[in-house]
Amino acid sequence: MSEGTYTDSEMMVSIAARVLKGARTVFVGVGLPNIACNLARYTVAPDLELIYESGVYGARPERLPLSIGDPTLVSGAVSVVSMADLFGLYLQRGLVEIALLGGAQIDRYGNLNTTVIGDYRKPKTRLPGSGGACEIAINAQRTFMIMRLKRRAFVDKLDFLTSPGHLTGGDSRARLGIPGGGPELVITDKAILNFDNPEREMQLSELYPGITADDVQAEVGWPLRVAKIVGETPTPTTEELHLIRDEVDPQGMYR
Amino acid sequence: MNNSAKANKLVSMRDAIATYVSDKSSVAIEGFTGFICFAAGHEIIRQRRRNLTLIRMTPDLIYDQMIAAGTASKLIFSYMGNPGVGSLYCIRRAVEKAIPCPLELEEYSHHGLVGRFAAGAARLPFFALRSYIGSDMLTANPLIKLIDDPYGTGKIAVVPPLNPDVAILHAQRADAKGDTQLWGLLGMQKEIAFAAKHVIVVVEEIVDESVIRADPNRTLIPGLIVDAVVHEPYGAHPSYVQGYYDRDNESYLAWDKLSQDHAAVLAWLDEWVYGLENHAAYVRKYGQAHFDKLKPGPLPAPSIDYGRYR
Repeated sequence: MSEGTYTDSEMMVSIAARVLKGARTVFVGVGLPNIACNLARYTVAPDLELIYESGVYGARPERLPLSIGDPTLVSGAVSVVSMADLFGLYLQRGLVEIALLGGAQIDRYGNLNTTVIGDYRKPKTRLPGSGGACEIAINAQRTFMIMRLKRRAFVDKLDFLTSPGHLTGGDSRARLGIPGGGPELVITDKAILNFDNPEREMQLSELYPGITADDVQAEVGWPLRVAKIVGETPTPTTEELHLIRDEVDPQGMYR
Repeated sequence: MNNSAKANKLVSMRDAIATYVSDKSSVAIEGFTGFICFAAGHEIIRQRRRNLTLIRMTPDLIYDQMIAAGTASKLIFSYMGNPGVGSLYCIRRAVEKAIPCPLELEEYSHHGLVGRFAAGAARLPFFALRSYIGSDMLTANPLIKLIDDPYGTGKIAVVPPLNPDVAILHAQRADAKGDTQLWGLLGMQKEIAFAAKHVIVVVEEIVDESVIRADPNRTLIPGLIVDAVVHEPYGAHPSYVQGYYDRDNESYLAWDKLSQDHAAVLAWLDEWVYGLENHAAYVRKYGQAHFDKLKPGPLPAPSIDYGRYR
């Protein structure tokens, strides 16, 4: 790949890494979030410790993990604990600053579905289910989503609410006593969306170069709010692309 | 349970399964991504058990295979995927199309099922956790409840204890009495062992009791709660055992393709499970060279000094 050109995945990874600036802890999933967290350690968050739901605190993977239970996450980690300790003492204790989540469906309040498409008892497509996502969405201090913008994913109504975002908007989350702050950003392949309004409703915040607001609306299943000022997102730097391609994901597994 | 202090619990996998797993048993083969005892799952298929309730946080390929073979009528789980790869197509066929038979699902989040194991292990009536509030999982599974905190802080989710008929756990090593040491991802193996009515441990190596006693912090499961010990090298293949062999990722990728067709799955079961008398035959069929390639490089921990106090 030549200088100056980059893929959608590299753009998403670069943005996700930048928003981890200064963070101490992040709850990591496989795929793009994993690359973003490892990139951030080289760039904006050198003190970042990676937490995996498999029971690992402070992983230093020597290869790109094949899954969140890869043995490379164990070797060289700060601590390896039971999953009861990981969810109880690390997550529920409030030690996870940032979690990166995704899903098959998201709605305007950042609620996520990873359970079924169609009816729960007679599903059209059976999806993996929650894993740790439900309690991560509830207990992480801050949540960022990484999802490609697609009309079948950005839906007016979820088929199933697996992991709570801002629920019905406004302060509905806090009123139920949910400790974590909820979704802040949705990083897509075309734009960045945030929830910076009193209703906590998803809104267009930044566009990637060459993308219009209409392009984004075309992939969203409800009339999308637009922030008062919509910026243009900077493209990946030469340094970020070098680190992604040569250090973090040299085999290009997620390019 | 045979917990006599001198008992030698070493048995073959065939005898362990024949003794402790019956039709309609509830069975937990745990191990998060690694330490998944495929050898036990294959023996259960070979002995043609039916109407099992299968329990695992992450069903993985082993339950995909067991469900395709028709061993199970119910699955208790918290994440149903081929880890790092994609779907579990056999389980999806059972859920979406009742092939080869209908499969009842009982579904939790990870922390919810962790809590069921922990409550089961400690014989508590429920486990409280900060999850599920606002989630449709509360309606999908009525065993998950929101109750009022008796100390007045508001609503809290609770799950009931889970006590499987048998737990099957793979680890690096044990002595003949079942004192079992494991290092790497601990998952929920300890809790499910204490929760279960019977425990089978399956290990890469049988060691002398003195090896266990030299490093007691590494003992995850005491022989006190173990019924049977099976020595089964490579018994967790194609998953991994920390320090012994890596995940055979080609097998996980191949299963992703093969498992999309039920007939192909049945042919695979004929060749790799029904067609082999035991796991040793499975290892021979692959050939030792295959496993040698999965051996990681060394990264030993420095030894520590417990001190001698007398």
